[in-house]
Amino acid sequence: MKVAKQTFKFFVLLSMLFTSAFVMADTTINDGKSDGGQVDTKKEVEDYILHHIQDSHDFSLFSYTSDEGERKHVGFPLPVILWSSNGLATFMSSEFHHNDDGSVIVEKNGSKFVKIHSKIYELDAGATTVAYDADHHATNAHKVWDFSITKSVFGILVIGLLMLFWFSGLARQYKKKQIPTGFARVLEPLVLYVRDEIARPNIGDKHYRRFTGYLLTVFFFIWILNLLGLTPFGFNVTGQLAVTACLAIFTLVIYTASGTKDYWMHMLWMPDAPWWIRPVLAIIELAGAFIIKPFSLLVRLFANISAGHIVVMSLIAIMFTLKESLGVVGATGLSLVLSFFITLIEVLVAFLQAYIFTMLSALFIGMAVAEHEHH
Amino acid sequence: MYNLIGAGLIVIGAGIGLGQIGGKAMEGIARQPEATGKIQTAMIIIAALLEGLAFGALFLGK
Repeated sequence: MKVAKQTFKFFVLLSMLFTSAFVMADTTINDGKSDGGQVDTKKEVEDYILHHIQDSHDFSLFSYTSDEGERKHVGFPLPVILWSSNGLATFMSSEFHHNDDGSVIVEKNGSKFVKIHSKIYELDAGATTVAYDADHHATNAHKVWDFSITKSVFGILVIGLLMLFWFSGLARQYKKKQIPTGFARVLEPLVLYVRDEIARPNIGDKHYRRFTGYLLTVFFFIWILNLLGLTPFGFNVTGQLAVTACLAIFTLVIYTASGTKDYWMHMLWMPDAPWWIRPVLAIIELAGAFIIKPFSLLVRLFANISAGHIVVMSLIAIMFTLKESLGVVGATGLSLVLSFFITLIEVLVAFLQAYIFTMLSALFIGMAVAEHEHH
Repeated sequence: MYNLIGAGLIVIGAGIGLGQIGGKAMEGIARQPEATGKIQTAMIIIAALLEGLAFGALFLGK
């Protein structure tokens, strides 16, 4: 029962962390986009969805306009860590006051920073306001090295700690008894599933133990983050190209580093093939191993999760876009039914994508460590 | 405009492919129910590869 109590305490702490957000409601400077006049609903929905798909520098749950006409944001700021031309600069993202079009300038260490479309730029020396060219690109500001704890990084940290807590708890229980108790009992069959259904058949009985740790980590990391993306916290971690690219590079490094002599032989100088076809095969195999395999891994996860988020949010937006033609009740009902069922499908997709990523990683590793019979 | 037509073509192609994979897997399972697990695994891998291709094309065309 001790573990169950610990888990409970952990969740209380976690929920306190999230509810503390409600205390930290703050206001923006009114940027002229008041809600009173005519609003282009379609464009606003598009902007909102695109904004959600991107990573952001503050954790914002929702925003509303108060009776006084002020824009209130509910959420909490996250730390911004920048390496600019004048060295390190750190401040909280609340200093931008939720501004996203570069009109709020934050001065730190003698550099001026602005945020434009969720990206932070540093103004060139001497500039006081951002100037734009015809394509709405800033002309007198440049990019900085951004090591901020953004929303996605925050999600990764929370899930990392959660996984560390869960799985070290599961591992600790095996020292005392054979059958785990509490929440660990949910995790055990999943761990066994990944080991026995994904790692062992694809990598082979001889080598699978070495790679099971990586496959388990990647499976649970992707799965839990996919599920977190379906909660109203609005994380889109596995829908970030940088995150999926990193995961794909991990797999690439692992199967390249563990490749046997046979693997390289078959890749570079295919035995039993006519000599003139060997270089052609080598080019194809090299492109496959270093470009196509990781690229397909990263694009599949990114596109599936991003597409899922866009579909869910578009269906929720039906309630605003079809309000005129269907009436308030009709539009809300339609949107509720459609988004409910698509969310159920997304729960399935969340598992499927984690499974496929792990499965293909196991398959690629299996190809690299396989021992061929020589004729 | 053209990238929308392209996206439609990609989706048609991917749909035909997925239909083939799913249909053949069903046939295989009906013929040999004891091989269901293996067929399903292979089906999902091939479907994933196809999906990667389709998403890659959509992504490049965007």
